[in-house]
Amino acid sequence: MATYQLNINGQRKEVNVDPSTPLLWVLREDLKMTGTKFGCGISACGACTVHVAGVATRSCIVPVSHIGERAIVTIEGIGQDTVGRAVQDAWVDTDVVQCGYCQSGQIMAAVALLKHTPKPTDANIDESMGGNICRCATYVRIREAIKNAAAELTKGGE
Amino acid sequence: MATASKSSDMNRRGFLRVSFAAAGGLFVSLYLEPRFAFAQEAGGQPQAPKNYPPDAFVNIRPDGKIVIQVNRLEFGQGVQTALPMLLADELDADWSNVIADLAPAADVYKDPMFGIQMVGGSGSIAHSYQQYRELGAKTRAMLVAAAAERWNTTPAQCRTEASVVHGPGGRSATYAELAGDAARKPVPANVTLKKATELRFVGKKVKRLDSRPKCDGTLKFGLDLDLPGMKVAVVAHPPVFGARVKRIVDDEARRVEGVRDVFEIQLAKGSGVAVVADKFWPAKQARSRLKIEWDTTGLDKADSAELWTRYKQLGSTPGTVAVSNGDVKTLDQLPGDKRIVAEFEFPFLAHAPMEPLNTTIRFDGDRAEVWAGSQFQTVDQMAIAEVLGLKPEQVTFHTEMAGGGFGRRAVADSHVQREAATIAKRLRGTPLKLVWTREDDVQGGYYRPMHFHRVEVGIGADGLPAAWRHVIVGQSITADTPFAAFVVKNGVDSTMTEGVADTHYNLKNHHVSVHHPKVNVPVLWWRSVGHTHTAFVMETLIDELAMRARVDPIAYRRRLLKPEAKKLLRPLELLDTATARWRNRLPKGHALGISCHESFGTGVACAVDVSIENKRPRVHRAAVAVDCGLAVNPLSVESQFQAGLGFGLSQMMAKGAITLKDGVVEQRNFDGFVPPYIIDAPMAVDVHIVPSTEAPTGCGEPPVPVISPAVANALARLTGKRYRSLPLVSL
Repeated sequence: MATYQLNINGQRKEVNVDPSTPLLWVLREDLKMTGTKFGCGISACGACTVHVAGVATRSCIVPVSHIGERAIVTIEGIGQDTVGRAVQDAWVDTDVVQCGYCQSGQIMAAVALLKHTPKPTDANIDESMGGNICRCATYVRIREAIKNAAAELTKGGE
Repeated sequence: MATASKSSDMNRRGFLRVSFAAAGGLFVSLYLEPRFAFAQEAGGQPQAPKNYPPDAFVNIRPDGKIVIQVNRLEFGQGVQTALPMLLADELDADWSNVIADLAPAADVYKDPMFGIQMVGGSGSIAHSYQQYRELGAKTRAMLVAAAAERWNTTPAQCRTEASVVHGPGGRSATYAELAGDAARKPVPANVTLKKATELRFVGKKVKRLDSRPKCDGTLKFGLDLDLPGMKVAVVAHPPVFGARVKRIVDDEARRVEGVRDVFEIQLAKGSGVAVVADKFWPAKQARSRLKIEWDTTGLDKADSAELWTRYKQLGSTPGTVAVSNGDVKTLDQLPGDKRIVAEFEFPFLAHAPMEPLNTTIRFDGDRAEVWAGSQFQTVDQMAIAEVLGLKPEQVTFHTEMAGGGFGRRAVADSHVQREAATIAKRLRGTPLKLVWTREDDVQGGYYRPMHFHRVEVGIGADGLPAAWRHVIVGQSITADTPFAAFVVKNGVDSTMTEGVADTHYNLKNHHVSVHHPKVNVPVLWWRSVGHTHTAFVMETLIDELAMRARVDPIAYRRRLLKPEAKKLLRPLELLDTATARWRNRLPKGHALGISCHESFGTGVACAVDVSIENKRPRVHRAAVAVDCGLAVNPLSVESQFQAGLGFGLSQMMAKGAITLKDGVVEQRNFDGFVPPYIIDAPMAVDVHIVPSTEAPTGCGEPPVPVISPAVANALARLTGKRYRSLPLVSL
């Protein structure tokens, strides 16, 4: 067991866990932040996606001991961000979700995409969202919602 | 449309009055006795219409919120929005104040048709449409009666809108103000439902009620449950189905910090080793440190390669007859160039819902409490009770929101719940969450069965089929379950022949037979069940016939369908006109694929625009035309089809199969069994709904069957090859 000070959604959190524990399980079980989901445990589905220092990261394979000082943002905190809020709103307005289980990860991946690429093409979307599985396959509306969020965020910015 | 209905007498008014006044969270326990036993007593007779007490379904709170109980699991299909829409529309409720709850297990929440509480057969709307409308109308009538009494007028003088009753002289009262008095009114025996033109939001696009909490991380799925003192268990399952633990070496596992116990448990088939820990991670770490010797004596070690050999041999011989119309020997009299002989192979498929399977149970000796995302509340509740030595009514069963299911959460042997109960029994007093990892899920069985089809088609002078001989080989899904009595007739499991035996094509000299081999792999219904493979066989063959006859694939189908197949003819007609602008003007290197199929009462016609990119099919555009009767929530219908097509493409994925070698499943996780990613899904899907006022039919499963054959038919036009084996490993 070791103690870690984590910066999560702008707040300092202390946890005492085995160093090998993936960030996912620290979030879910030690910090009771269950918005980040367990889907596969091998970084193949993206349900566990969070931002670590702004980079979309699969929290299921990152040991907590590797995080250090880097800021973590999860689905619970992404709404505080302009892009994050716009993506969440677009998801709701576009009626994207079905079972909804993968959508935390989809939203985190989409926010990372839009932060780097404000006007993504279909190819950009295929690439950035390419590692996130939605078993309901709501992909048509995910694509639409990303474009809607992009339009909303770039509105008036021309 | 049959908008007005009279329901029969409600004869439990006294009981209802008491429980409605009691309100709060107590009502559930009051309904546990089997109140609708007459459904069974009726035997083969038509069942009397059932009555449902409004108070078990609607709670009008003092703050104006209207809480509606949804009698089934929500796992993506949108029923948590659509059923409340039906009730709230008849109730004239203020939709912005409607809250939908997933009802716990109780007799009152059983499916009106199936007689158990469940989701399956795309029946949620079809079976509860009338029920929820009547509940809304009855509740409204009671509120109006209370208002009329208060104002000393008649109900006819009152009207309702947005949770308010308006009376003569400008008087008005909110539903919340009237709820107490309304609870003391008798439940009306008869109510008149709204005319189609009076419906406010049924038939209009209504957004899901569960979107926001699913987008901000606040919605709790079963796996997210956390209870004080809760322990987490994972189980080491046998590598060969049904194997038993011979020896456990667990020293290393027990040394993992946070591990509380390691012990052998009985499974639905064979035995396994449970690891109980404070949290998931130590439990999983400990499991990987277990050394287990397994006893596989006497077990059949299924092997995909061997099974294909066996299935092909079986398929070359006639099986148990499912259909025998006309003289199938006509086929043998046709010359070789007038016959198609086609053999199809379909592998085992895992459901792999995104939320791994899980169940939480707290056993307190004389009662238990369960939290599970279950498609089968009644069955699972009974199974848990049996393991714990309780009566079902001693098991409080909470329905948790589930992250997908596709059939995987409706298992006749309740094996996940039995596992959880077996462990929880030992932990008496401590809540226990059982988690299946993705590896447990991919390797854990209960797959869509493997199937082999051999079809011989004789072609008549008119280019239409003159004879059709069809043999299907595959495990029976329902054999050895209580469902066999309803589904297996004369040795034929209709969940395997559906879509072939009951085809809507006018097939002359039609003969269908089946073989149901016994294989040591547990099998289960997979979204759209038999139609997953039968639609592929039928629709690729019909397409081949149309091409040989040089007839447009839509026109050919319309010609061959029986005139009474309205649910397919109307969608084909709509598809024809709706896709006319783009269908026959595709860019170079693209091809059109067409299919149509009816399942669960809903007819679907599909057109796809496909090219080949990186040696894989790319679906640039798909269009479906759908006849599902009245579309209760057209937005939900649209979503189900847009995404359901993508789900259906699971079958085409290069790594979309479960295979076995020497009894062991060869895939472990999403690296070996790979569902569609965004690149694999259609880029755009247009959904055209046939306008209808007929009774609604389901939309959960009907999207799935049409897409694979449509894509295969497009690919056939691009490559000149016919694709008869799924998944599509190479083009």
